[in-house]
Amino acid sequence: MSGSVLYDAPGPRAKRLDKTLNWVFSLGFVLGGAYLVYAFYQRGIFDDRWTVLWDPPKNQSAGDVWLSLAKGLGNTLRAAAIAAPIALVIGGGVAILRRGARTRMLSGPAAVVTELARGLPVLMLMFLAKLVFGWSPLWSVVFGLVIYNAAVVAEILRAGLAALPKGQREAGLSIGLSTMRTTLLIELPQGVRIMLPALVSQIVVLLKDTSLGYIVAYPELLRTIKNNRDYFGDKYLIPLFLVGAVIYILINMAVSRLATYVERRLREGGSGRGVEPPEIGPTGPIPQSGIGGPAREEGAHAGDPLFGAGRPASSTQVPVRRPGDHERH
Amino acid sequence: METFIAEFGTIWGAFLATLSLAALAGALSLIWGTVLATMRVSPVGPLRSFGTAYVEIVRNTPLTLMFFFWVFVAPSFGIVLGLGFQTAVIALTLYTSSFVCEALRSGVNSVGIGQAEAARSIGLTFSQTVSQVVLPQAWRTSIPPLISVLIALTKNTSVAAGFAFTEMIAIQQRLTNAHPSDGLFIFFGIALLYLAITIPLGVLAGTIERKVAFAR
Repeated sequence: MSGSVLYDAPGPRAKRLDKTLNWVFSLGFVLGGAYLVYAFYQRGIFDDRWTVLWDPPKNQSAGDVWLSLAKGLGNTLRAAAIAAPIALVIGGGVAILRRGARTRMLSGPAAVVTELARGLPVLMLMFLAKLVFGWSPLWSVVFGLVIYNAAVVAEILRAGLAALPKGQREAGLSIGLSTMRTTLLIELPQGVRIMLPALVSQIVVLLKDTSLGYIVAYPELLRTIKNNRDYFGDKYLIPLFLVGAVIYILINMAVSRLATYVERRLREGGSGRGVEPPEIGPTGPIPQSGIGGPAREEGAHAGDPLFGAGRPASSTQVPVRRPGDHERH
Repeated sequence: METFIAEFGTIWGAFLATLSLAALAGALSLIWGTVLATMRVSPVGPLRSFGTAYVEIVRNTPLTLMFFFWVFVAPSFGIVLGLGFQTAVIALTLYTSSFVCEALRSGVNSVGIGQAEAARSIGLTFSQTVSQVVLPQAWRTSIPPLISVLIALTKNTSVAAGFAFTEMIAIQQRLTNAHPSDGLFIFFGIALLYLAITIPLGVLAGTIERKVAFAR
């Protein structure tokens, strides 16, 4: 709600005020930016330090720098690529157990373990694997990511399964399928379908969490940047950091957009069978949250991807109408 | 087990460090997040663009990268923060506020347009509409997700362990290195202390959600 219904259609005075404010703030931002650039210039930010990206010192070639960064990025992606499928399988398994198991013997402990795993810092799990189990940095990172994200995936799928119309389960049971078969054959395919955007969004959280590998000495992108800085000197850190930040943000934005796209496809595909993704509020004792923050825009539909930009109109704000809109067109 | 009992003083100190970091960063990010949310729904274009750009960039930045910036990169720009607590508060605040902003904004967005139209049509002024009709409903929708954000923040304080702030994870690492055989006990002990913060918050969120529930 951008507040447009809150006041009458702007008259000449309001329009003038609007225009003035627009100019004032635009000017303010431009001046602020210019001052920053000037301040950076004064501190010598724009000197020869940027050459590290194409003509680095210490007899290194640009290829060496970029190759090391590429290796770091490869390690980041590798950790994510190993952890994501494992987390998905375990999380799916737990969700199926909680829904399909006939006895509380199985579903009770599964619920407790998911709640615990969601309530702990990922870094703590990584240190557990590294220091207590003595695993290598890569597998420590994977361990932390798998435990936490499996719990979150289980929670996402649980919410998805619970949101299906009751008739689906009843139909399965009444034709003689066991609870487990009903879950597997009838509910799971639909549940996965409506929660697909939330699952894709969770990949962003997982990707962001790989950067914790920096702390447990896994040579991922951030660690590589630090190593390069230690080698070339502190002066060259800004260009290297900027490259790393841009890589992280671009990848995460791309995955977020993918989630938006999937959501739109599901919405427009029409074969969603009219099931709206459920709201995921604080369901269990520990609401969904992670180092990447909430996986979704909470309070909104669970199917909402990380951000609103590019969302179809139906999932964004309430329609904004100004009094007098129809007269204009 | 013995290590956990023998070193409980240290662990308790670390618990308080985690708690104070979470509390201070939480309070600050609620303030800054509210400012950002106001920007994002304001009628002034440049402010809206700033808010949107800030939230989009920060939400896609790993928290570790944010810490890294304030610890290693910012000094080159002439910004030198006290290592440890000060850096951690700044990094966590800037990061968490973008999630606070989104929680608040989705709360405002969830108020139906009919509510505001009804308020307008019975003759309430702008400030009356906002304060009597829109905000009370927006708040109720926002509080549970805001508490989720605070819980995430509590867990996120662990990243400060990698950047010279001695909180619970740093202590876990130190004690486990010193007494490898007691690693599992230390892990579960510290896990309990984290849950001692997060579970009450989660229960609070559930209670508030039930209490303030209203029909739409």
